[in-house]
Amino acid sequence: MTQYLEFEKPLAEIEGKAEELRAMARSNEEMDVDDEAAALDKKAAQLLQDLYKDLTPWRKCQVARHPERPHCRDYINELFTEYTPLAGDRNFADDLAVMGGLARFNDQPVMVIGHEKGSDTKSRITHNFGMARPEGYRKAVRLMEMAGRFGLPVITLVDTTGAYPGKGAEERGQSEAIARSTEMCLKIGVPLISVIIGEGGSGGAVAFATANRVAMLEHAVYSVISPEGCASILWKDAEKMREAAEALRLTAQDLKALDVADRIIPEPLGGAHRHPDASFRAVEAALREMLAELGDMKPAELIADRRKKFLDIGSKGLAA
Amino acid sequence: MNWITNYVRPRINSIFSRREVPENLWKKCDECGTMLFHRELSDNQNVCTNCGHHMHITPRDRFEALFDAGVFAEVKVPEPVVDPLKFRDQKRYPDRMRAAQKKTGEKEAMLVATGEIGRTPIVACAQDFSFMGGSMGMYVGNAIIAAAQEAVKLHRPLVLFSAAGGARMQEGILSLMQMPRTTVAVQMLKEAGLPYIVVLTHPTTGGVTASYAMLGDVHISEPNALICFAGPRVIEQTIREKLPDGFQRAEYLLDHGMLDRVVARTEMRAELITIIRMLLNLPPQVHGDLPAPEPVAAIENVETPSEPVATAETKPE
Repeated sequence: MTQYLEFEKPLAEIEGKAEELRAMARSNEEMDVDDEAAALDKKAAQLLQDLYKDLTPWRKCQVARHPERPHCRDYINELFTEYTPLAGDRNFADDLAVMGGLARFNDQPVMVIGHEKGSDTKSRITHNFGMARPEGYRKAVRLMEMAGRFGLPVITLVDTTGAYPGKGAEERGQSEAIARSTEMCLKIGVPLISVIIGEGGSGGAVAFATANRVAMLEHAVYSVISPEGCASILWKDAEKMREAAEALRLTAQDLKALDVADRIIPEPLGGAHRHPDASFRAVEAALREMLAELGDMKPAELIADRRKKFLDIGSKGLAA
Repeated sequence: MNWITNYVRPRINSIFSRREVPENLWKKCDECGTMLFHRELSDNQNVCTNCGHHMHITPRDRFEALFDAGVFAEVKVPEPVVDPLKFRDQKRYPDRMRAAQKKTGEKEAMLVATGEIGRTPIVACAQDFSFMGGSMGMYVGNAIIAAAQEAVKLHRPLVLFSAAGGARMQEGILSLMQMPRTTVAVQMLKEAGLPYIVVLTHPTTGGVTASYAMLGDVHISEPNALICFAGPRVIEQTIREKLPDGFQRAEYLLDHGMLDRVVARTEMRAELITIIRMLLNLPPQVHGDLPAPEPVAAIENVETPSEPVATAETKPE
């Protein structure tokens, strides 16, 4: 049973009704509800299409944060083989908000790193809701550096609200850890590809997404601050998140126009969580293409390409 | 020193600088409440003469105290696209910009300059917290890249004074992209073998701390400066407990291994000269009466940061 978002309520009603009818028909064989249910299905499909045709930025944020949206772990399981997690920052701890390790993509060995949010209460707590502490970024630095030395492409899957704002995280140098991770992204002489699969939350996302190619899922968002945070600072009212989401230009479509995202990976109708398999295949195809684009480049070219990409960002604005 | 550098040049500077006449001759220390005579306070670089509290100082005043005889040449920063997102909250972004420009008399939140300290040529940049919270947008990013390029071109160390509430929200994702962009700037310095000294001043937070401010060869901070990624209020809301006194202050970061030194503003110049001269393998600074520095011509910035900087010489780690 799908969890509906607030704006999907009318859809929930129709789909619920169709479900109810079918359940009644199952318990009473004489009832013939097929036509009626089919009509409801059709109506629901139409509504779904209408709802998702032109999602507002704030709705996109909600879709990007949908609890059933496929997360890093799901993509790793579906897209990679021989995934061998590697743990720890060799300094303090292993941060479970960041998962990563060796794996094969189409038989090619790669290093895969990503934020994992967890999918139920227990795993969400284990993974700290995908909010990494310094150890997570330092683990990523270690894995990226290793990948660079062994010539393995790095694939990062970004899905985080942001770096964890906690006492211990600050004490152990959250800023320094993020800065070093961004620095390592820019240093390694191997292809670095990043896919924003859900939320790209500020510095916590940049630390992984300073890549040769940045792809975003159709309903993913990537922003300097959460719409709620921005609203509470600039509007002095956290309830103005709709306006803030609008103003921040955080959708994949806006980011593509600003050259921050290189490509948009289409999602199935109704968001990645409605048909995860279609999302996996789309991400897989995009990764394959992006790896091929970078396949022939030498280490120095890859580093130069990454630098140029980021130095060039911002040379044009959004023509509003 | 001669009378030209001591008398004439400051006079000329004061005619052309837009510093306004203080409305009030007395300023109250934010910390101890002592009334301080403005002249005495500015002579002491806005450090309270009673309690040593470090108050805000503009980049221009800082540079005047930092560089030999207060002489420096500004480095031109490539102008970014104005209001790229057509951002509007309760006010339009261009209106906020104009208000900040009017208030500070500066164009943007960072000043880049070249000059000498203790006869040691350097490039310096300073962030202006009074300009929209010093926030890092495309201009600040461009300024740091220009400063790094200038340092590489002239083969000089870069000293950066950070002060910011973080990234400039009004530039959305483009402000966030200054984190990788400024990191590239730091890498240019490191590849050229040039020292990069960060002086963290109150406050340095958010994306600024999590990029160029934490990537220095040496990290120095002014006393009691707030330095953090997430601000204390956000943390208190997250963990729902009161934070200890001094949390995220310079001395606390020194204890936790994030800084090399905490140095008073009045001692900073001497400290920087000592460190830089050692890193550059130069003899100790000669104290005493030295001839005034050569007049520095305004330096035109030839490169734009949009040009590719990396070359084939770059080697992977």
